[in-house]
Amino acid sequence: MSAYIIRRLLYAIPILIGVNLITFVLFFVVNSPDDMARMQLGDKRVTAEAIQAWKADHGYDRPLLYNAQAEGTDKLTDTIFFEKSLKLFAFDFGTSDSGRDIGYDIRQRMWPSLAIALPVLLVGLAINISYALMIVFFRATYIDVGSVVLLVAMMSISGLFYIIGGQFLVGKLFHLVPISGYDTGLDAFKFLILPVIVGVVGGIGTGTRLYRTFFLEEANRDYVRTARAKGLRERIVLFRHVLKNALIPILTGVVAVLPLLFMGALITESFFGIPGLGSYTIDAINRQDFAIVRAMVFLGSVLYILGLILTDISYTMVDPRVRLS
Amino acid sequence: MPVILTTDALIFLLIAVALGYGVYAAQHEHLRAPWRSVARSRVGVAALVVIGCYVLIGLLDSMHFHPRVEPVAASSAAPAATDAARADAGGAAAAPMEARYSTQVLSVLDVILSGLRERQEKTFSAPFATHLFVKEPIEQPDGSIVRGYPPLEHGGAHLKDPSRRGFDIAVRTVLGAIKGLLVWMALTAGLVWLVAHARGETFNDGASAIWQARTTVPWRVLLLTLAVMLVLGFVAAELAAGYHILGTDKVGEDVFYQSLKSIRTGLVIGTLTTLVMLPAAVILGIMAGYFRGLTDDIIQYLYTTLNSIPGVLLIAAAILMLQVYMTNNADQFASLVERADLRLLFLCIILGVTSWTGLCRLLRGESLKLREQDYVQAASALGVRHGTIISRHILPNVLHIVMITVVLDFSGLVLAEAVLSYVNIGVDPTMNSWGNMINSARLELAREPIVWWSLAAAFVFMFTLVLAANLFADVVRDAFDPRLARVR
Amino acid sequence: MTNALLEVTGLTTELPPSRGGERPVRVCDDVGFSIRPGETVALLGESGCGKSMTALSLMRLLPLGGRIAAGSVCLGDQDLLRLTERDMRRIRGGRMGMIFQEPQTSLNPVLTVGAQIAEAVRVHAGMPRAGIGARVVELLRAVGIPDPERRAEEYPHQLSGGMKQRIMVAMALAGDPELLIADEPTTALDVTIQAQVLQLLKGVQRERGMAVLLITHDLGVVAETADRLAVMYAGQIVEQASVAAFFAGPAHPYSRKLLESLPAADKRAGALAVIPGRVPPLDQDFTGCRFAPRCFRAMERCHDTVPGWLDAGAEQRVRCLLWEAGTPTFAPVAAQQATDGEEAAASADALLSTDDLKIHFPIRRGLFKRTVGHVKAVDGLDLALYAGRTLALVGESGCGKTTAGKGILQLARPTAGAVHYDGVDLSRLKPARLRPYRKDLQVIFQDPFASMNPRMLVEDIVGEGLQALGIAPGRAERRQRVAALLEQVGIGEQALGRYPHEFSGGQRQRICIARALAVEPRLIVCDEPTSALDVSVQAQILNLLKRLQQELGLAYLFITHDISVVSYLAHEVAVMYLGRIVERGSTAQILGEPRHPYTKALLSAVPVADPERQRDIIRLEGDMPSPANPPAGCHFHPRCPEAIEDCAAAYPDERRLADGRTVRCIRVQTD
Repeated sequence: MSAYIIRRLLYAIPILIGVNLITFVLFFVVNSPDDMARMQLGDKRVTAEAIQAWKADHGYDRPLLYNAQAEGTDKLTDTIFFEKSLKLFAFDFGTSDSGRDIGYDIRQRMWPSLAIALPVLLVGLAINISYALMIVFFRATYIDVGSVVLLVAMMSISGLFYIIGGQFLVGKLFHLVPISGYDTGLDAFKFLILPVIVGVVGGIGTGTRLYRTFFLEEANRDYVRTARAKGLRERIVLFRHVLKNALIPILTGVVAVLPLLFMGALITESFFGIPGLGSYTIDAINRQDFAIVRAMVFLGSVLYILGLILTDISYTMVDPRVRLS
Repeated sequence: MPVILTTDALIFLLIAVALGYGVYAAQHEHLRAPWRSVARSRVGVAALVVIGCYVLIGLLDSMHFHPRVEPVAASSAAPAATDAARADAGGAAAAPMEARYSTQVLSVLDVILSGLRERQEKTFSAPFATHLFVKEPIEQPDGSIVRGYPPLEHGGAHLKDPSRRGFDIAVRTVLGAIKGLLVWMALTAGLVWLVAHARGETFNDGASAIWQARTTVPWRVLLLTLAVMLVLGFVAAELAAGYHILGTDKVGEDVFYQSLKSIRTGLVIGTLTTLVMLPAAVILGIMAGYFRGLTDDIIQYLYTTLNSIPGVLLIAAAILMLQVYMTNNADQFASLVERADLRLLFLCIILGVTSWTGLCRLLRGESLKLREQDYVQAASALGVRHGTIISRHILPNVLHIVMITVVLDFSGLVLAEAVLSYVNIGVDPTMNSWGNMINSARLELAREPIVWWSLAAAFVFMFTLVLAANLFADVVRDAFDPRLARVR
Repeated sequence: MTNALLEVTGLTTELPPSRGGERPVRVCDDVGFSIRPGETVALLGESGCGKSMTALSLMRLLPLGGRIAAGSVCLGDQDLLRLTERDMRRIRGGRMGMIFQEPQTSLNPVLTVGAQIAEAVRVHAGMPRAGIGARVVELLRAVGIPDPERRAEEYPHQLSGGMKQRIMVAMALAGDPELLIADEPTTALDVTIQAQVLQLLKGVQRERGMAVLLITHDLGVVAETADRLAVMYAGQIVEQASVAAFFAGPAHPYSRKLLESLPAADKRAGALAVIPGRVPPLDQDFTGCRFAPRCFRAMERCHDTVPGWLDAGAEQRVRCLLWEAGTPTFAPVAAQQATDGEEAAASADALLSTDDLKIHFPIRRGLFKRTVGHVKAVDGLDLALYAGRTLALVGESGCGKTTAGKGILQLARPTAGAVHYDGVDLSRLKPARLRPYRKDLQVIFQDPFASMNPRMLVEDIVGEGLQALGIAPGRAERRQRVAALLEQVGIGEQALGRYPHEFSGGQRQRICIARALAVEPRLIVCDEPTSALDVSVQAQILNLLKRLQQELGLAYLFITHDISVVSYLAHEVAVMYLGRIVERGSTAQILGEPRHPYTKALLSAVPVADPERQRDIIRLEGDMPSPANPPAGCHFHPRCPEAIEDCAAAYPDERRLADGRTVRCIRVQTD
């Protein structure tokens, strides 16, 4: 098992190198640091000195790949590529363009993100699976048809409207919970309720519909007929046989996104004023803070690949047909 | 003088591709049959009519030109008549006199809606309002200044007595409905005649066949949907001539006009993105599955790497870089419209880059399966070359997957546009889009009483399109993927 | 027919309209039969005749949308169709058990087999929790699963096909059923495994006095296992008889033709009987006998009079108007003229020969895809094919026979060894150099539905080789030649502009033959070309292949597991086991007097459509080992009833016997 995991981790390296190269090209080759400085300083007629000063401030005053003026190994290390891209591999994210330590910010902000994303995932999972099972239990009846129409309608609504609508109804109209903000410890609860509800409701359309197809696909298999031929009750056929098989794709799909939960929900967080990584990213994008965006791209890739590995491992755990090789 | 923006050109290319596909599909039974079953589905037909209306508006908005600048003297003469509004003065009075064409870029839709476009108010006004939404100092005839709601310059300005607004709206509604029904009846008569002709029946028999839903294509559903759309359209046109039916936004622009203009943006994002990513996804996917080995490894590495970058961040990074480039090289762009258009195109491309991997993986899997099929083996035994095998045996047998993906992706992309624009990494802020409408409206959410109409308008327009697209996608998937149809 | 256990009368079942159709499909129409306690009744019919739907109707397990429109199904004195779903559940798996055709998919992959059997026990046995485990083990032992305690903990994918079918039987036995419905229980299994499962079924039936409804298409299986049978055609039972009476003289023309179309050694001299046309669609009202359009004895009245039941002997009833006027006379079976002096001696030089051909598939693992082993699909194959003659390559699934065929065609490139053809070794040619030889070597596949691109017109399918090899580059010329080819295989040129799905399985297989013939090959590899077809259709294809060989002097490599086809068609036989040929010789030698223990066991396991013929089945233990890890020494020795110690030492060399055949077994004396 551990050998397998190590092997899978080794697989990740070339992919991360690829990600790193793409971000490097995107951030430093397409536009030179000079361009960025000019953009940040706001005015087109900034002086060359101002640009140089800005670059020096932010550590962009080095050559891209090869420093001819430096000595020894510094020829390679005292470059933007080394400082800004390769150091990401050591999870050294550097400082943001506004001078803050990105690594520290990330460590601070990932927990509020998780505090929203995890309940949304779990509650959503429970609701979606139950609803989908109910639809399958009543398949080919009006409950089925009506539910499918409802689900399609729900998934046709932009996520933005769930947030705006939820905020308006619950917060403004009924004044049940605060509209936005965050607090530490247990006080966070009242701030979290609304975003979690919005996240869950917004996901029902897509999620339940997907699970319904999983269940229906399993419900048409031969072993279900066998189970019925044994004289089992429809409820047992559904819960024991169909659910158990359909849970495999559902669970592995969930495992794949688990690491990404840290990344937070972009829109939800910024709407509800949650100081998580999602709103951090949005703020960085809006402030055009490239250092943070670059760090988040790398972090996202790492978490994605972690998700892939976890998926493979979870397959071997829940599906008896797959064994580690 | 016509102007062809880059996206316009691509839209025309897309139409050409679609027509080519249509001709090809008509000749091949395996493509014709599923489309036939789409055409026989009631939901499919209804969704198609709604989508058709959107597409029509989008196409009208894709024919751009520089308007001719008339001498000032002639500007009082009405330009092209419109059904939507009383014509007002010609467009670009600001353009220099000696130029024959304005530098402004307008579309055919702009001309049709020129009434809506030009009747700007000062700032917010509610739907059907006759007065502004915010209090302003108003100079009274006696010279004193009172803070109050000033009357609108255009909305309801034709009313002599504002209290008769309800009556006026009712009259206009009825008038619009009658006009819509008249047009509908004309179209219906034409259709019934065609159907009856095709079935070799008399006009009356054809009509009753349609009405009793005895035709294989559900013409009745089509006609009913069409009736709804026409009546809505004509009523809206009738009302819009006198009011801002969806209100005005902060700078006083008509929200109804904005919503209609946003249609093109949504459609472009939904379709061009797929068009852009299709070649790469299809070619690489099939190559990976068919040739396996090293080719497969490289292509898999490529898409895993691209996939591992969170989509929003990749788009954000790319768009930010584009912004930097555009600010630093502002002189390369002839006009704001062109610049916004290029950004739109770039957004499509980058969205394509993030979304081709899914299709590519699907096609790889399918090609892996297909290459082991007996008929591919038989072709190899007959000495058929790889290129021919791919084009003759693999490609036609994965086309249904491509088709399903294209249709399924559409609604997701329309929704994605709104989110991206909200984060300011979507289309250009000067471009009309539902995302931009929501983005600017949410700042006013805190206002009391709430300014809801921009949001509501964007919501209704987006929801209708996405719902229709989703329903249509379901029908298409059922028709093209018999395995799934069986599951249902 | 008093005290029947199961009495079915007037059973009529409808399925929702098929795609594009408007009327419901009446898959069972007025089906009636009865089963006495302890009796085995076979429901016999070709694919699509409604026999499986009859079984599902009895269990009330029809697919979604299907409904029983009329009739009654009485189990004892209970009418099953009137029971509530709740009461019916008690019958299912209780008084009535069922096993299905595909053991691969009929078990839940994520539950252990023990748990799946325990479920059935729990529902019906009504015993304390503690007793369930013991009962499961007892059931597993009853169906002959070795080491049942351990096996109960395993998942279905860890078991072989035969084992899974045993598990299914154990599950069905859990409720001590009075009636077991077996829906094609052995169709997906190899003959040696089939023999095991049939023997098991017979055993448990005898022990428990259980009645069995056996649903099958295999006349041989019927002859060996059933007491009585009912023949189904197009949703209706057309004949009911005791097995003895039926095989002595089938009463319905359809049954008659079915028996005559079975290939056998004594029919070698002539063509097999065929039934023209295809089964009518079932979404229509029949106003006459539904077999009339295809019947060789159809009378005018047959087309407008629905036949009722007529007695055709003491134990035989038939739905055929011929019997109205007493016993009709049928022409004696197999009276066809010998068409050739076929057993011509082999020409001296082989057309194609293989020399120690090996095809190994690497098993790759790990980061750098290290090769950790090989699946030795073909492991040293020596064959010779002669013009105008047929070599049958016989073996069970997984023995490597299909890979061998692909290796000869260079569709799978050999790992070692040579394929000599026309003075060159094909296995060493680069793809471009190989292309000219493609023309001479062609292939016909097993599944006529998968072997044609559904997106292409028949004209383009058949003409593909003509175009690719530049034989007939012009479209007009190609069209002409394709039309001629279609005529030659009996399809007719009106097929040119149509798609494969418009044709039946047999017609498609003819089109595939036309495609192979198009490039004028000298050798055709026929990879189980008839095993997906019904017997009456199989006969047509076999006749066609035989005729073409005589007309064109083709050499066939006929890959099959069906011994009766071999006996009818082949000149020589090679028997394969785990990648190697264990015995090779003329058809008469091998089938008449097999020498290798495997060949003997294989032949003894084949059911024969003749209840008179008694035979001893040599029962093989276990399943074929994996070709990735074959046993040391003789691959067959762990299962061989004649094995001695020396067999494990080394793989036996080829021995040539006095009669010219070769055998790889140290127990066979060369004398």
